[in-house]
Amino acid sequence: MPQTPMADRPLLKIEDVEIAFSSPDEADIVAVRQVDLALSPGKTLCLVGESGCGKSVTARAVLHLNDQNAVIGRGRILFSPPGEETVDIAALKSDSLALRKIRGNQIAMIFQEPMSSLSPVHTVGDQIDEMITLHEGLKPREARERTVSLLDQVGVPGPHERANSYPFQLSGGLRQRAMIAMALACKPALLIADEPTTALDMTTQAQILDLLKELQEDYGMAMLFITHDLGVVAEIADEVAVMYLGDVVEQGDVFDVFRAPRHPYTQALMRSIPTIARKKERQRLSPIKGTVPSAKDRPEGCSFTSRCPYAFEPCAGTKPDRTPVGNHVARCHLLTEGARKAEVPA
Amino acid sequence: MLRFLVGRLISIVLTVWAISFVAFAIIQLPPGDYLTAYMAELSAQGERVSPAELEALRRQYSLGDPFLVQYWKWISGILAHGDFGSSFEWKRPVTELIWGRLGNSILLEGLAVLVMWLVALPIGIYAAVRKYSLGDYLATVFGFLGLAVPNFLFALVLMYLTYVWFGTTLGGLFSPAFERAHWSLPRLWDFLTYAWAPIIVLATAGTAQLIRIMRANLLDELKKPYVTTARSKGLPEWKVIVKYPVRVALNPLVSTIGWLLPTLVSSSVIVSVVMNLPTAGPLLLRSLTSQDMYLAGTIIMLLGVLTVIGTLISDLILAWLDPRIRHGGAR
Ligand SMILES: Nc1ncnc2c1ncn2[C@@H]1O[C@H](COP(=O)(O)OP(=O)(O)OP(=O)(O)O)[C@@H](O)[C@H]1O
Ligand code: SF4
Ligand SMILES: [Mg+2]
Repeated sequence: MPQTPMADRPLLKIEDVEIAFSSPDEADIVAVRQVDLALSPGKTLCLVGESGCGKSVTARAVLHLNDQNAVIGRGRILFSPPGEETVDIAALKSDSLALRKIRGNQIAMIFQEPMSSLSPVHTVGDQIDEMITLHEGLKPREARERTVSLLDQVGVPGPHERANSYPFQLSGGLRQRAMIAMALACKPALLIADEPTTALDMTTQAQILDLLKELQEDYGMAMLFITHDLGVVAEIADEVAVMYLGDVVEQGDVFDVFRAPRHPYTQALMRSIPTIARKKERQRLSPIKGTVPSAKDRPEGCSFTSRCPYAFEPCAGTKPDRTPVGNHVARCHLLTEGARKAEVPA
Repeated sequence: MLRFLVGRLISIVLTVWAISFVAFAIIQLPPGDYLTAYMAELSAQGERVSPAELEALRRQYSLGDPFLVQYWKWISGILAHGDFGSSFEWKRPVTELIWGRLGNSILLEGLAVLVMWLVALPIGIYAAVRKYSLGDYLATVFGFLGLAVPNFLFALVLMYLTYVWFGTTLGGLFSPAFERAHWSLPRLWDFLTYAWAPIIVLATAGTAQLIRIMRANLLDELKKPYVTTARSKGLPEWKVIVKYPVRVALNPLVSTIGWLLPTLVSSSVIVSVVMNLPTAGPLLLRSLTSQDMYLAGTIIMLLGVLTVIGTLISDLILAWLDPRIRHGGAR
């Protein structure tokens, strides 16, 4: 493979990753079968898909945060922080120093439920301070100063007093802001946000999205943003990757994918929202007839076979290749079988 | 916090008063009194006491008075000059009899609790973190053994084994030379050479239970998202575990401190008898069978007071550990 020049190499490149969960008395569950993603500084990639398709598992794998029985069976997770050597995170050990230096410091993560994701018995300030003292070795007092200014920056009113509050004393929105302050404490190159607004009400959700966009501009970080909500995607994403049952089926520039989805699953998703602008009708995605089969019953070939209205001979048996369509890529046999191309409704 | 303390103090005073009343009532419950029990013992030995003599004794001890009058005499004596009455059987003030033995009990059982926590917590943490590992299974097996083997049996086995292996007899808490001496370093050392065996015996069952509770609590906490957050910060795994989930899993354990002492005292009676320990348990048992009412009443009341104090301490620790309780804002 030719060496990519420093300037345009992606910050994080997930290559052909498979993640399986082993269990003592059952066959392994391959929760994520084939994921390729690339993230660039200052850009947001949205990962969308129905519940259980493997979004969180993929995102957590980047920091080895899945349960102990998870194994990255195949593929590489290449992280290239500016001015440093590229490391394959997939090859690092869970509790290794090398990984711990990346966690929180270069790649930070925020979660869906800010209440349960913060320790109930430590103050918000202590939890943020810890991040700073851990990675930058600041003295407690200096760390607290930084914490207060971070809280101020993410829009927590009265940051001095709030730093001494416990999570249960804050509202959901403030808690998520505190989470964000914690994640940004060491100026990470990449922020992973796993449905950070799903547990919040509409107004707060919009505020948090605005805050994240604003902070991204200030910090120039890349963002991997997981959501169910195509409205959120439209608002925040530069690129989008659509997952179905452990596979990324379509990905690329968000306008391109939204305007001209080429994978039957993506098309069905798009049809499920009347107009993206009507925020009130945002729902969890379950737009397609039939139910998602479990990972055990996934066909050898395209994972969408059991529900796809266009399924034909090769679908069940052969995995479709990544095929460029316009400005993005999709995995569907309809796109490669020249003869059938005409049948794909554009 | 101050209001919390004042409120607790008031309720403690009321509770202790209620305990004293109930304790006094309980020891009056069995038919007869010390003199009837004493009479029965004398006549079993073939001696006779005339009814007139008996009546004189009864008046002397004011056993004929109504319950409330007796209670009033007892409690006012305690409040006025710390006089808990006299033991009929030992013919000595109750306070003289009790302090040494109660002190031994508290010391012995305090040490047993300490050993229990020191042994059980690390094992419990290990068993939870390495769920279904060999170590976890071993801990479970030993835990069940510890629970299933009765204390006194374990004590007997231990006594037998030390006799067979080392030729020493276990029993008592001090060598004769130190029996009545004041506390000093050599006496403490003497105490420890005797006390290790009862401490181990007393600690086993509790340790087994504590391991199971700690393991279960921690397993619950380990699944919580805040643990993942801590991990995602880049903390070393041991620090993630100890600083976050272990800390939270300890809270429910702390609230058990309050009733540990009385449970240990009552559960240690048989062990104390078997191992000939000068603790409060056997004294209580003896005083109850002989209806030595002031002695029994005082021990029961003091155990109650200790429970109340223990509960207060555990509440304070809990409030200190858990901000949700301290700020009264738990959801
Ligand atoms: N610890 C585990 N053991 C076994 N299987 C697991 C485990 N964690 C996740 N999985 C499997 O991985 C699949 C994907 O889970 P994941 O949490 O990534 O879904 P998701 O796309 O994030 O869904 P949601 O939108 O509900 O968060 C699940 O269907 C589940 O079968
Ligand atoms: S590969 Fe076949 S089953 Fe899969 S989406 Fe395309 S047509 Fe449908
Ligand atoms: Mg998820």
